[in-house]
Formats: sequence, C-alpha cells, structure tokens
Amino acid sequence: MSELSTKHLLGIKYLVKSDIELIFETANQFKEVINRPIKKVPSMRDLTVANLFFENSTRTRLSFELAEKRLSADVVNFSASSSSVSKGETLIDTVNNILAMKVDMVVMRHPKPGAAYFLSQNVDSIIVNAGDGAHEHPTQALLDAFSIKERLGSLEAKKIAIVGDILHSRVALSNILCLQKMGAEVRVCGPATLLPKHIESLGVTKSTNLLETLEWCDVANMLRVQHERQNLKFFPSIREYSQMFGIDKKTLESLSKKIIIMHPGPINRGVEISTDVADSNQSIILDQVENGVAIRMAVLYLLASKKEINFAK
Amino acid sequence: MALNKKLLLSPRNVDITLRRLAMQLIENHGDFKDTVLIGLQPRGSAVLEKLLEILKNQESAKIASGTLDITFFRDDFRRRNTPLQPSKTKIDVLLEGKKVVFIDDVLFTGRSVRSAMDAVQSFGRPAEVELLVLIDRRFSRELPIQPDYSGQHVDSLIGDKVLVEWQHLGALEDAVYLETGDNE
Repeated sequence: MSELSTKHLLGIKYLVKSDIELIFETANQFKEVINRPIKKVPSMRDLTVANLFFENSTRTRLSFELAEKRLSADVVNFSASSSSVSKGETLIDTVNNILAMKVDMVVMRHPKPGAAYFLSQNVDSIIVNAGDGAHEHPTQALLDAFSIKERLGSLEAKKIAIVGDILHSRVALSNILCLQKMGAEVRVCGPATLLPKHIESLGVTKSTNLLETLEWCDVANMLRVQHERQNLKFFPSIREYSQMFGIDKKTLESLSKKIIIMHPGPINRGVEISTDVADSNQSIILDQVENGVAIRMAVLYLLASKKEINFAK
Repeated sequence: MALNKKLLLSPRNVDITLRRLAMQLIENHGDFKDTVLIGLQPRGSAVLEKLLEILKNQESAKIASGTLDITFFRDDFRRRNTPLQPSKTKIDVLLEGKKVVFIDDVLFTGRSVRSAMDAVQSFGRPAEVELLVLIDRRFSRELPIQPDYSGQHVDSLIGDKVLVEWQHLGALEDAVYLETGDNE
C-alpha cells in the first residue's frame, strides 16, 4: 500500500486502517525532514493550497501553513472575518471563486458539521477538513494517535481515555474513530452533561469518575474546557470542574502506573491540567504540536500524489 | 514472457569489486577526515554497509556515514502510477564543507542522483560530491551524470533489469544478475 484510498481527507470515518498506517509511515519521514538544518522539500512546488478558515484557529492554521510551505506549495490564506462571506456569498461561490484563480487544494475549517463533505461533492478540488463544527477534526486525531504510537510503540489494545467536553468536541469524535481503527480501546470521561447520550453506540465506554478512568487508562487526552460555552451551564463552575475533572501532580502520583498526558491545546492551565502536569515528562503536549506539522505534511503529500498532472491545460 | 537471468557478478566477484572500490576510496580520501559516505536509499545503503565493513578493517579512524532518502526530491512526483514510499534518512553530521560520496547499487537514468544532489543541500553545502556505484548501466542515462567510482559496467536495454542481491538482506548469496526478457 502506498496510496490513500480516498481523494479527500474529510474525516477519519472515510479512512481505512491501511490509510492511517500509510499516513503514519510517511509522517515519520517528514518528521526527520523538519528536523534538518533546511526543513524544506520541493514535492509540491507546482501546487497551490488555499487555507479557508471560516472559524477562528491559530495553531491548526499555523500548522497547516507550515506543512504546506515545507512542501514548497504556494499558500493563500483566507479568513471569514475579512472576506465577502459577511457580504452574503455562499460557500460554493466563495470556493469556486478561489479555485478560478487556479488553486489545487483546499484546507477548510468551518463551523457547520459536514461543510467539508458538502464542498467535496460540489466543487472540483482536493478538500482537507481542518475541523467542521462538532463533527470531525481528522488531522488532530491522526497526530494524537501518531504521538501515542510514538510513545507506546503501538496502539493495539492500548487504553485511551478522552476527558472533558465530549459533547461539543470534534477532536473527541475523530479521536474515537481513529483510535478504534488502530485497535485501541477508548473510554470517555466527563461531567454527565457533557457526555452525549448514546455515545456507547460508537463502541466506547463512559465514566463520570476521573480517578477510576485514570487508573484504567494508558493515556489520558484532556480536552479543553470551552470557556466560550461556559454560560450555558453544563457544569456549575470552572472551579468545581477542575476539582472533579482536572489533573494535578498529586493525582498523577497517586496512580499505580505512569500514564501519558495529552492535550490538543490551547491549555487552560489550572483547569484541565495543572502547570506541573503540563510541563512534566509524562506530558507529550509539545510532541503533539511537532507531530502535527509532520502529519499534515504527510496528508497533503499523499493527497497531492493522486492529483494528475495535466499539461494540456 | 520468458525471462533470462544472467549472472553478472558472482559472490566472489561482488567481494572483489567491493574491495577494489574501497581501496579506490582510500586512495582518494586518505584518512576520511572530511569525508562523509552517504548511501542512497533504499538500495544504496546495502552497498554502503558492505563498504564500511571492508573499510573498518583497513582504516583505524571512524568513517562518517549516513543514508539519504530522495523520495521528496524526485522529479516524477504525481507522474507515477503508484507513488513511491519514502525510506529513512539518517544524517547526523552537518555536510557543510565536507567531501560527500554518494553510494548506490545501480546507476541507470541518473535521475536519482540528480534528486540526491538536491536533497543533500538540506544538510549544508558540501565542498564536493562524488558518486560511487556498484553497477553502471551505460548508454541509458537521461541526464549528464557519470560515476567517479564504478564496480562494473553493463550495456543493457531499457526494459532489462539489473538485480543486486544481498545475503544480509535475505538473499541466498551476494550476487548481481541481469534479467532480460523477450521485449514485451
């Protein structure tokens, strides 16, 4: 297998295990590339990528942009606040206008679930989903799984806990799908109000007891408390949340084994995890960020390799 | 289609050829102080291993070496039916100002070597770059590239295949074959 089974990266749902393995293997090589004195390869020098961000993002956009530039692609950035979206243009029109300027690939983040899929059905381009509402965030899941594999050697039969706001999280859904495809066991943990009702139908277990979950797992992925949704009162207060679902050094040390701590960022220090946990050697948060660029390079490279060259045009 | 497999180098000849190439390297590079031997992935690294083994017994000093994968620097990206899978690059030394010797098993079109010349720049600007190959397939070059050290040259058709087999990689013995078919 040296080719992806899909034309776009819309979600982990559309990938098979061998796709994920291929992305990991390719990312391994790119990780070496981005640690060279000169961190650039010419593979995509004849391609142009548009980063369309209809929703705020700093690290994902930065990570994608770096990945594109390290592959020598030309990059154009677009963010919704400064665009004609606010003037009432439809998504298809916006994207087709950009494609008319001879753009080859589109990386899109959008607040509506399914936006990336919709686009893939309606425009002629390679689409990479950089997060669509509360649906999927495939590259985050890939880099999370890759980082775990790097630490533990394999994902087979490993126990991964995803802790926090599962209800609103696209990271959670993509992570669950990706980890399961790679043979890991997943448990979600959080306040009952933030665990979706039928989450077990995805084949995961759920728990509202953090200590018991941490004792069970090999890896805990601590999701961010979404301050912006705090006024909806899914839990009484940040302080209570951090007491019941936050991890500090004492909690970590009380466990019978050393577990790995992950966080997709941005961290609310002192809420999901304390500062000493975030900076401890059990945390792989910065590995995740570094691997993010390598994973995105692999995804872009593998998708681009399927784009035929047409000299007639 | 009938395939003819002709022996080009027997195990004994592979050994003799490698020894000769190693001696030529010593002749030109002396104590290897500023030299780095780079095996071109995937198949050049096997030749590199063999050469290092011979050189280890000849030279007291440690010889700097590494492997270079050129997949991301190839000029046929998006032009192949099945994309190539990259192999590992491992270069732990800065190549700025060093004498680099590329090592590969077969020199055919010269395109890999061109890509390698591009790729190697990511590790600094070498003072000079040389090319050592076990087999030189003459008359099939697509670029103006010639080896500085060559084990054996072969005149073959484009459709022919040169197979280099290594015992330490699972083959029966170290040997080089030329596989020719009735033209398809």
